[in-house]
Amino acid sequence: MYTSPYIICEYCDSVYHRPQLSLHQKALCQRCGAVVARHNLLSIDQSLALSVAAGMLLLFICFYPVLMLKAQDQINSASLFDTVLALAEGPISLMALMSAFAIVFVPALQVVLMIWLLVHARGGVRAPAFRGCMRALAALRPWGMLEVFLLGCLVAVVKLKGPLDAAPTLGLFALGFLSLLMIGMAGRDVHLLWEKLP
Amino acid sequence: MTPPFAEQLNLRLCHCCRLACPADESAANCPRCGSPLHMRKPNAIARTWALMLAALVFYIPANVLPIMHTDALYRESSTTILGSVVTLWQGGAWDIAAIIFIASVGVPVTKFLVLGLLLITVQRGSLRSRRERTVLYRALELIGYWSMLDVFVAALLVSLVQFGVFGTIEPRLGILFFGLVVVLTMLAAQSFDPRLIWDTEPRNE
Ligand SMILES: [Zn+2]
Ligand SMILES: [Zn+2]
Repeated sequence: MYTSPYIICEYCDSVYHRPQLSLHQKALCQRCGAVVARHNLLSIDQSLALSVAAGMLLLFICFYPVLMLKAQDQINSASLFDTVLALAEGPISLMALMSAFAIVFVPALQVVLMIWLLVHARGGVRAPAFRGCMRALAALRPWGMLEVFLLGCLVAVVKLKGPLDAAPTLGLFALGFLSLLMIGMAGRDVHLLWEKLP
Repeated sequence: MTPPFAEQLNLRLCHCCRLACPADESAANCPRCGSPLHMRKPNAIARTWALMLAALVFYIPANVLPIMHTDALYRESSTTILGSVVTLWQGGAWDIAAIIFIASVGVPVTKFLVLGLLLITVQRGSLRSRRERTVLYRALELIGYWSMLDVFVAALLVSLVQFGVFGTIEPRLGILFFGLVVVLTMLAAQSFDPRLIWDTEPRNE
């Protein structure tokens, strides 16, 4: 049973008593202005539903093209997977590895870990390997870059306009949705599971 | 009334699960998640300097070397990042030119400047505008990976424009260095400890 009546600001080490927050409230550090606590909006069921949705979207855009290129009778398209493979063929496969890590591997692992943790959390228990999974999620957090990739898609569309006709596809909208989901869940409130499952 | 510091209450923050851990002699790891506990991140200043300088060195080839090679119907060319910004600007796509310029030049240069400023002020034990410097650090975390933008744009162009009537686009070495710069600056920002800004006495950890 590891809880504490205190919370500590991670930016300046100020200590506060844990505040009682109501909906949409957050507590700011008096010293440095960082958010030290916020009310979390989602129940475990809701988080789980969103994680499953994120998983399906991710699977979809791994293989369904996010962009398409048309000229005369020829059509080229690129899914998440194609993008990574395109870099792998060139002289710089290390770059492909980095991209694969940031836009396929990290989001996929985040989704799988969240579903695993939340499925068990519904029954009020800690999933097997709870500690390891939570630590992995915390470590992965800065390295998922789907939203940057999304902006990249938009830039690419405009860049190719003119000589060629690049068109966004259903996949691009899926990617937009997915980025929002990942920011909303994996980005913020996962660590609260520590408190929900003592 | 100002809040106490963790050290005064004999507490330590666990960086992984954010538990306020009792800082006994025996407790080297967080009782809840098992992560190692530190008063401050170990060797924060030296590590951040090293990673930042490495990133700075890689930033040179990232800008000098071409990031992709275009072989269209009419012409063949290799473009650097700045080259592509200029081409876009002249072609009238000033908005995209601005986005790429901000992501590829603005963000990394800001990171170098802000990290440098934080490191130097912390080393000198400066007490001025500590709140503002903490805000700067949080901004640094926020812009973290956005300079990866051009890497992804290049990757998308490469995978879209291959063979046939479109010509070809191939990736070039510059893009690899660019990716390394992003990773190194992210690691540098992570290894810095913003709590050092608030320490009034120097620490030897
Ligand atoms: Zn604070
Ligand atoms: Zn912990």
